[in-house]
Amino acid sequence: MGRLFAVVVTLIALASATIFALHIWWLPPDISTHGARIDRQLNETMVVAGVLFVLGQLALAFFVWRFSTREGGPPRPSRAFPGGPTPLVVLATVLVGVEILVLTFVGSKVWADVYQTPPAPGALQIEVVGEQFAFYFRYAGADGKFGAMHPELMNDATQNFFGLDPANDTTARDDIVVGSLVIPVNQPVVLRLHAKDVNHSFYVPELRIQQDFVPGMVIPLHFTATKPGKYELVCTQLCGLGHYNMRAYVEVKTRPEFDQWLKERAAEL
Amino acid sequence: MIARVVAGLVVVSVAGATAGPSHLPPPAGTISGKVTYTGTPPKMRPIDMAKEPACVTDHPTPVMTQDVVTGSANSVRYVVVYISGGDQGAPAATDTVRYDQKGCLYIPHVAVMQVHQPLEIFNDDPHSHNIHPLARVNPEWNKSQPKGAPPIRTAWDQPEFIPVKCNVHPWMHGYFAVLATSHFSMTDSTGEFSITGLPPGTYTVTAWHERFGTKSQEVTVAGSETKTANFVLTARPY
Amino acid sequence: MAQGKGGRAVTHGAATGHAPAQSFLRRHVFSVDHKVIGRQYLDLALVAVVTGMVLSWIMRLHLGWPETPVPGLGKLAPTGAAGGVITPEFYLALMTMHGTIMVFFVLTTAPFAGFGNFFLPIHVGAEDMAFPRINMTSFWVTLAAFLVLVSAFFVGDGPPLSGWTAYAPLSAVGKDAGPGQGVGQTLWAVSIAMFCVAQLLGSLNFIATTLDLRTRGMSLARLPFATWAWFITSVIGLVAFAVLMPACILLILDRVAGTSFFIPAGLVISDRLQPHAGGSPLLWQHLFWFFGHPEVYIAILPGFGIVSQILPVFARKPLLGPRVFIVCLIAIAFLSYTVWGHHMFLSGMNPVSATLFSVPTLVITIPATIICLLWIGTLYGARLRFTTAALFALGFVSVFVSGGISGFFLAQPSTDIYLHGTYFVVAHFHFVMGVAAMFGIFAGTYFWFPKMFGRMMNETLGKWHFWLTFIGVYCVFMPMHYLGLAGNVRRYSAFTDDYLQPLIPLHRFITIAALFTGAVQLIFLFNLIRSRLRGPVAPANPWEATTLEWSTSSPPPHDNFGGHPPVVTHGPNEFGGVGPQDYVMQAEPR
Repeated sequence: MGRLFAVVVTLIALASATIFALHIWWLPPDISTHGARIDRQLNETMVVAGVLFVLGQLALAFFVWRFSTREGGPPRPSRAFPGGPTPLVVLATVLVGVEILVLTFVGSKVWADVYQTPPAPGALQIEVVGEQFAFYFRYAGADGKFGAMHPELMNDATQNFFGLDPANDTTARDDIVVGSLVIPVNQPVVLRLHAKDVNHSFYVPELRIQQDFVPGMVIPLHFTATKPGKYELVCTQLCGLGHYNMRAYVEVKTRPEFDQWLKERAAEL
Repeated sequence: MIARVVAGLVVVSVAGATAGPSHLPPPAGTISGKVTYTGTPPKMRPIDMAKEPACVTDHPTPVMTQDVVTGSANSVRYVVVYISGGDQGAPAATDTVRYDQKGCLYIPHVAVMQVHQPLEIFNDDPHSHNIHPLARVNPEWNKSQPKGAPPIRTAWDQPEFIPVKCNVHPWMHGYFAVLATSHFSMTDSTGEFSITGLPPGTYTVTAWHERFGTKSQEVTVAGSETKTANFVLTARPY
Repeated sequence: MAQGKGGRAVTHGAATGHAPAQSFLRRHVFSVDHKVIGRQYLDLALVAVVTGMVLSWIMRLHLGWPETPVPGLGKLAPTGAAGGVITPEFYLALMTMHGTIMVFFVLTTAPFAGFGNFFLPIHVGAEDMAFPRINMTSFWVTLAAFLVLVSAFFVGDGPPLSGWTAYAPLSAVGKDAGPGQGVGQTLWAVSIAMFCVAQLLGSLNFIATTLDLRTRGMSLARLPFATWAWFITSVIGLVAFAVLMPACILLILDRVAGTSFFIPAGLVISDRLQPHAGGSPLLWQHLFWFFGHPEVYIAILPGFGIVSQILPVFARKPLLGPRVFIVCLIAIAFLSYTVWGHHMFLSGMNPVSATLFSVPTLVITIPATIICLLWIGTLYGARLRFTTAALFALGFVSVFVSGGISGFFLAQPSTDIYLHGTYFVVAHFHFVMGVAAMFGIFAGTYFWFPKMFGRMMNETLGKWHFWLTFIGVYCVFMPMHYLGLAGNVRRYSAFTDDYLQPLIPLHRFITIAALFTGAVQLIFLFNLIRSRLRGPVAPANPWEATTLEWSTSSPPPHDNFGGHPPVVTHGPNEFGGVGPQDYVMQAEPR
C-alpha cells in the first residue's frame, strides 16, 4: 500500500509538472509593452513553484515508500528526524523567505509599472462603459472633448449608452460610440472605466491587463499594444446572468487603418 | 305554462318577421391615414453587433437603428394607431401573436396585441437571448431563452406600452403594444395605417410612436365609409 | 469526585454535568449532550455535501454540454431549465448555492462543529461542553439557517446568482439586478447572518471548554493537536463571524430599507435610475473578505489538527516538532487577519495596498510550509500502517501541498493581473478547500467512526474510496490550472468566446472526472450506512492511539468517562519504542 501511494503520488507530480513545463496550455503571446516583465515574473514563479511542488510530492512519496511497515519484517524502533524540527524550520524560513523577498521586490516594480505610473503624455483617451452585458467605447470626436455623462439619460433603446445630452451639450454631438475597442498599434492608450450598473471587469489576456469597473468610481487604465490583430476583451467580475457573454473585440490597427476607421465612424453621426 | 311559452314564441317570431333583414352584417367603417413628421428626426445609424459575430454575419448590410424609421415623404414606421375612445371592439382576440428573436433583432420591432391575447416568443438564433419586458403596470419578468429552449407563452392583463430589451444584447429593443381595444393598426414603411370594422360612432384615435410621442384626434364614422385621419408628429434630432 | 483544572473539586453533575436524558426526543433530537450535537452537525454536513455535490454535477454537465437537456431537470425547474436546457441565470444560481452550502454548511460545519463538538470535551477530559444548552441552540440555529438558505430554491425568482461572495451592488439593489436577485438574495443574507450567530455561540463554547474544563493534569501543552486546532479556529471565528454578521445586516438593509451602505449614486439598472446614493461597493468587499480570508483558515485548520492527530498514530512515532506546530497554527491565525486584500488587488482599491497585502500573504506561506515539512518529517523513520484514515491523512499532505503552491501565483499582484478571475483561482481554492479540507473530514471519519458508533468501518471499501477519490480529484482540479493559464475566465455559464473554444475538450474531461469522482462517494456512503448497522464491534482503542477518547468505551458513555474523570500524565505524542506496547496513553497511570 505504501509503495502504491508513493508510485501514484510520483506519477501525478511528474505528469502535472510536465504538462506545465511543456506549455501545452499556456498564456497567449503577449502584445503589450509591459507584459514581458509580467511573463518573466510568472515564469520565475512557475519554476520556484514547480520545484517546490515536485520536491514536496517526491519527499512525501519517498518517505512513505521507505518507512512503511513490511509484513513479517523485524520490529524496529522509529527514528526521529535528525536534528528534530529545527532544520526544517530553518529550511522553510530561509528558502521560502528568500524567495518571498525576491519575488516581492521584483514583482512590486512590475505591478507599480502598470498601476502606479501615469500614462504617457499624448496617450489616446478612450472612455469605456461597462453595463449588463456589454462594453461600449467612446472617442472624443473632432472637438477633442468628451460630452458629459448623465446617468438619467442612459438609454439602450436609443443607443445612448453613455447618457449623453447632444440636444444641450455641443461637445457630445461628435462623440463616437462603438461596441469594439479599436486602437492604433504602438500608441499609448488610456481608458477611463465607468460602471453603469454593477461591478464588471476589463480583461484582455494578450494585453496582460485586468481591472475591475466599480460603480461610483472612474478608474483609469493604460497600456500600449504592440501587434495588430483582433483580440477579445471579456468581463471577469460576475455581473449577472449575461456575464459569460459580456465581451467586446479589441482591434489593433495600423495608424492609417485606424485613422480611416475613425473617419468612417464620424461620418455616420 | 305551455301556453305562455307558445305565446312567447309567437311574439318573437312576429317581431322577427317585422324587423329588417337580420342576415346582413352591420355597417363597418374604416379610419385610415398616414403618419408623417415635421422637424428633423435623429439620423438612423448602423447598429454595432460586434460582440455577437453570428448576428453580424446574419446581416450582409448592417441593420440600422429602429427606434426611428422614416421613409419617403417624411413617413414614419412603427406608429401604433388605435381607438382610445369609443367602441372598443371585441374583447380578447384568440389568435397568437408571434415575436421572434432573429439575427439579434426583435421581429416585429413593435408587436401589437390585445389584453389577454396569447403571445409566443421564439428564439431563432443559435445562441441564448434574454427577454426582459420592462413592464410597469403589468408584472415585470426577465427570462433567458437558450438555444433549443421551447417558446415562451404568455399574455398581458393590462393595456400598456411595454419596452422589451435583451440584457445580453443591449442594442435589441422592441415593444409590446398591449391595447384594450381590438381596433388597431400599425404604420408600415410607407407610413400608412388602416383600422377597419368600426361600427358607426365617434372615436378618439391615438397615434403612438416610441420617440415622437402620442397624438390623438376625434373621428366620427357613419355607416361603411372610410374616413381619413392623418397624423403629423414632431421630430427632434436628439 | 471529579476534579477540575488546578485541582479544584467539582462535584459530579455540577455546572456542566447533567443527568442522562430519558425521553427519545431529549436523548436523540433536542439533546444537550455534545456527542449527540456533534453527530447532528455531521449529519447536517452530510446532507449539505450531497446537495452541494449534486449541484456541481449539474453545473459541470452544463459546462461540458450546454445545449444538451438534462433529463428530468425540466420538471424540477420549469423556469430555470425549461425543457431541461439550463439558462444562464439558473447556472449561476446553482453555482452560488454550491459555494455557499459547501463553504458554510460543509467545511465550517463538519471538521469544526461536527468533530469538534464530539471530541473536544473528551479530549480535555470533561463531561460536556461548558454551556450545553447554548451548544444545542447553536446546532438548531445552524439547521434553521440551512433551511432558510435552501428555501431560496423555492421562491418565485429563484436563488441568488451573485456567487457565495455576493458582491454589491449586484447583491444590494434588489430585483432590478436580474433574476435571482429578489427575495432569494435576501434569504441568502438572512441565512448567513443566522449561521454567524450559531458559529459565534459555538466558538464561545469551544474556548470556554478548552480553557476552563480541562481535567487534572491536562495542561495546555498536553492538549491533543486537534483540540489546539479547534481552539485556535474558534478564536479566529469569533472575530471573523463578528464582522460578517453586521455586513449581512447592512446588506439586508440596503435591499429592503432603502439604505445605501454599498450602493453609490447614479446607477442605472434595468433602465431605472436607482434611488440610492453615498455607498461604496468596495466597503462590502472589505467587510466580506475581512471575514472571508480567516474563514478559509477556519475551514482548513481543523484539518491540520486532525492530520497531526492521525499521522503519529499510524506512523507509530511522535509528530515532529509539536510545539513548533502549535506556534505555526497561532502564527497562521494571526496572519490570516492581515491578508484579506489579496482578494482585491484589481478591485479598484489603492494599488499601493496591493503590495502591502501581498507581503503577509506570502509570509503566511512560511508557517504553512513548516507544518507540511513537519508532517513529512514525521514520516522519517516511521513504521507506517496503512489504514484508510492514514491514507487520507497522507493524501491530505499531497493535496494541500498542491493547493498551497498555486497560492504563490495569486499572492503576487503582478501575476494576479493575469490569473485573477480565471480557473487558476478555482483550481487553487478547490484544492485547499474542496479537496484538502474534505480529505481532513474523511480522515476524521474513518479514524473516529469506531469511537463514535462503536463499530468498525470496512477497510476494503475505505481503501477503494481513497484511491479512486485521490486520483479522481487530481483529474478534476489539476487541469483547471491549465485552463487558468490559458485565460479561461471563471463563473461563466457557457464558453462562447472564440479563445475558449479550444479549451472545451478539457472541460469535458473535467466533467467526466467530476461525475466519476462523485459516483465514487457512493462507496463512502454505503460504507457509512452498512457499518452503522452491521459493522464489527469496535474495541475501545482499535488504532492504539493515545488521546483521552481512546481511554473510554466505544461509544463513550453519557458523561464520557463513566464517572471516572481521567487524570492526565502524558502528552498526546508518546509513540515509538519496540515491543508489544509502543505508545503511552495520556491517562496512563504513572
